[in-house]
Amino acid sequence: MHPVAGKHRGGWDFSTEAETPVGALRPSKRPLRLTGGHRNDARRAGGHPNGDTVGRRITRGVGELLLTCGAVLMLFVVYEVWVSNLFADHKQHQVRQQLATAWQRGQDPLKGQDRLNLPVGKQVLLPTGQGFANLYIPAFGKDFARTVVQGTSDSDLDAGPGHYVNSQLPGQLGNFAIAGHRVGRGEPFLNLDRLRPGDTIVVQTASNWYVYAVLGSRPAYLAASRIADRDKRNAAVAAALAAPDNQGVPGREIVSPNAVHVIDPVPDHPLATPTRALLTMTTCHPKYSADQRMIVHAQLVRAVPHAGGSLPRELPGGTL
Amino acid sequence: MYGWIWRRLPGSPALRVLQALLLVALVSALLLFVVFPYLEPRLPANPVTGPVTVNR
Repeated sequence: MHPVAGKHRGGWDFSTEAETPVGALRPSKRPLRLTGGHRNDARRAGGHPNGDTVGRRITRGVGELLLTCGAVLMLFVVYEVWVSNLFADHKQHQVRQQLATAWQRGQDPLKGQDRLNLPVGKQVLLPTGQGFANLYIPAFGKDFARTVVQGTSDSDLDAGPGHYVNSQLPGQLGNFAIAGHRVGRGEPFLNLDRLRPGDTIVVQTASNWYVYAVLGSRPAYLAASRIADRDKRNAAVAAALAAPDNQGVPGREIVSPNAVHVIDPVPDHPLATPTRALLTMTTCHPKYSADQRMIVHAQLVRAVPHAGGSLPRELPGGTL
Repeated sequence: MYGWIWRRLPGSPALRVLQALLLVALVSALLLFVVFPYLEPRLPANPVTGPVTVNR
């Protein structure tokens, strides 16, 4: 007797169908699988243990393969935007520990050369992948801190924001340029679009704290932030960020990946001689894409020598 | 393929569901923590040119 049929007393009567020898009616099709004894049913029907024809099995195999490919691709996206962060966080933790240990022992990977204004292009030789400075951006959260490593190869950037090897060091005249991932792999610059004119970026080396402020028009930004309409406000904020200062450097620009002059000593002015210390951060744009680059420029406001464990006042809890 | 695996899992249907979920978790973990990290740098998916090389 059919187990389902009994449940439908008073409703439809399945008993007629269930008591009909299914295999005899549909010899080449899959038998009704309501009894759980499908294997024996199928054998009786004289087909494959499944009761399937070859064509049906191939079709199902292809279908399952396609479903599997889809699932694996979705899993890869999960890896890219989430799991890769776990690996990157581990590497970042390692370089930060190594730098902290080196500083504790009185060793400085930069050998104090960030305090000297070396001729542009003549930089201290630093092994790529090694951490040499810490980066603090309060606008990304009061606990945001990353150790900056030398170099911008894939493996360097897996460990943290990477210093373009031919750009200057923190605090030096010219441009201290660093690259970071936007989404995944630690995503240090996920929120680079949230920086506003005047926002603070602090870089810590063995010898100094360097306090930078994002370029762009601060008054225009303050005026823009009072606009009620969201779209108009966003457009006005973007315009305030894009406004070049008196030396032609904007606070933020969106460029194509081959716009290499954004990390020049004077950004976008390859032939100019630098007269001030800048910081440039580059990341991918838009989010989840690599079509363009988002570039944020900041200018050195002050440099403070390390004194005990005190933080510069621009950092949460700071006093210096 | 999945039918073949299902038929080879022992026990009651509830137990089979549990084993099947376990298998899915195992394969996912293998992909996420071993296969993808190994494969990812070898993929030609980095459309990056020039020194401004920050991706994704």
